[in-house]
Amino acid sequence: MPAPSEEMMEAIAEPAVPEVSAPRLVGHRSVIFATLAIALVLPFLVQSFLTFQLTLVLVYAIAIIGLNLLTGFNGQFSLGHSAFYALGAYVAAMLMDKVNFPYAATLPVAGIACFVFGFLFGLPALRLEGVYLALATFALAVATPQILKLSPLEYWTGGVQGIVISKPDAPYGLPLTQDQWLYFFTLLVTVIMTLLAHNLVASRTGRAMMAIRDNPTAARSMGINIALYKSLTFGVSALYTGVAGALGAIVVQFVAPDSFTFFLSITLLVGLVVGGVGWIPGAFFGGAFVLFVPNFAESISKGLSGAVYGVMIILLIFMLPTGAAGLVRAVTQRLRGQNIR
Amino acid sequence: MTALLDVYGLHASYGPTRVLHGLSFSVSDRGVTTLLGGNGAGKTTTLRAICGMVARTGEITFAGQTITRSSTEHIARLGVAHVPDGRGTFTRLTVEENLELGAITRRDRNDVVDDLERVFGYFPVLQKRRGQQAGTLSGGEQQMLAIGRALMLRPRLMLLDEPSFGLAPRLVHELFDILTTLNKREGVSLLLVEQNAALALELADHAYLLETGRIVFSGAAREIREDEKIRRSYLGY
Repeated sequence: MPAPSEEMMEAIAEPAVPEVSAPRLVGHRSVIFATLAIALVLPFLVQSFLTFQLTLVLVYAIAIIGLNLLTGFNGQFSLGHSAFYALGAYVAAMLMDKVNFPYAATLPVAGIACFVFGFLFGLPALRLEGVYLALATFALAVATPQILKLSPLEYWTGGVQGIVISKPDAPYGLPLTQDQWLYFFTLLVTVIMTLLAHNLVASRTGRAMMAIRDNPTAARSMGINIALYKSLTFGVSALYTGVAGALGAIVVQFVAPDSFTFFLSITLLVGLVVGGVGWIPGAFFGGAFVLFVPNFAESISKGLSGAVYGVMIILLIFMLPTGAAGLVRAVTQRLRGQNIR
Repeated sequence: MTALLDVYGLHASYGPTRVLHGLSFSVSDRGVTTLLGGNGAGKTTTLRAICGMVARTGEITFAGQTITRSSTEHIARLGVAHVPDGRGTFTRLTVEENLELGAITRRDRNDVVDDLERVFGYFPVLQKRRGQQAGTLSGGEQQMLAIGRALMLRPRLMLLDEPSFGLAPRLVHELFDILTTLNKREGVSLLLVEQNAALALELADHAYLLETGRIVFSGAAREIREDEKIRRSYLGY
């Protein structure tokens, strides 16, 4: 066996700085448990409207995780995730409204419906790449609200009026308000979905997804069926967003076509970038951003809230180009540095 | 020696542009065949055609099976490992994850762990960098990673697309020493595409010379090496 050359040895000696590495701080067990503990006591400390808002942050986070699986881990773009969110929301609302389905049972149905729809949409769409796929999904986003308004579907969808859902009470006589209960229910679903996403990304399937993102040609040479994995990822991504849509419908107690416009797709995309593309916990930062920052912008200037929000996004992109993921990494490195000293 | 890979009348095209015009050649079992030729001769396309990455017609037989209509994934599963031009690094994954991806179609997980160690034996630098992002490796290291990853498939045939490209001469020699070892010790057959003809002819037992999608000369590598006229007129050294 030939010995490594000097050149190679030299290269080994100098410490390489990875461009993007997964921040480990949030992956640390104690950090996870501390965050969960805070999440568990929070609804008892804050007012019910904030509890409701935190619930929506979690809902957004689930949808953003779904988008992240597609964009961050598989390298496909979507401007059409509002359609999957809408489908999930309507499936849940119709099941509860028309056939008295228990609200918790609507989630798997909404998820499966979106998986099938996403997978089937992904089959032809995966031939498209980059901006072309973005356009195809854009078409989906634009079409969805209008389809929901169609009069032949009105019996099911409620047309322009939408569907009103009643808020569930806490079960087993638990001493919780409706808002608190929904928060805990959503938190449980969020934890499960996050763990599943984490395991998926760490699995062989996840590695194949990322290989396709990094180098589709080489991935094919490794024997990876690109068409299959891309469609599956599209399906799983839609499933996440659909479950979020169903939860969102239950939490907001209302679905209507105009809640699910193209703007929702962009909101999810903003949340994805703010949180950090390709980093799962980023979804929580992104979810909080898209929920609270527009309100904050409105409190600064009612008339110019959109402009203020836009400026905030631009500032954030300049200061934190890799999103919350980059910030967490920087903090981790600083903490580590102090520990060494 | 019997042929492991037999290619007969291979045509390939990118859309309406035909690039290969009826190539016929073979790689013997445990042998090393090299395809030589300048830019645009169709060397890279030939490798892609064998893997089913471009539209092709003709007859390609690997280990007795016709693979002309097989998908790229299927051909990889049969034991044909393609080391593409540009190395095909999965830039944002670690070195170890890249290597494991080479074995993604295999079901024998325990053997895969052994094979990882075997690759680290050939390329110690990869072991030192196993947790590092593959995109941050130097060009030479990425080439080693590409070959190591191909080895993880436990291939019978490796298709190498310009492994010397962009590497320092000393590194090139080191790499070719390793390729020789792989061929002799592991019995991996090689189909080597190279612009560096002198180097390729040292490793190969058989050589084919390509010009604009046609084979213009073929013979034993030793003969070509020793025939000054051919060397001067076709290979320019």
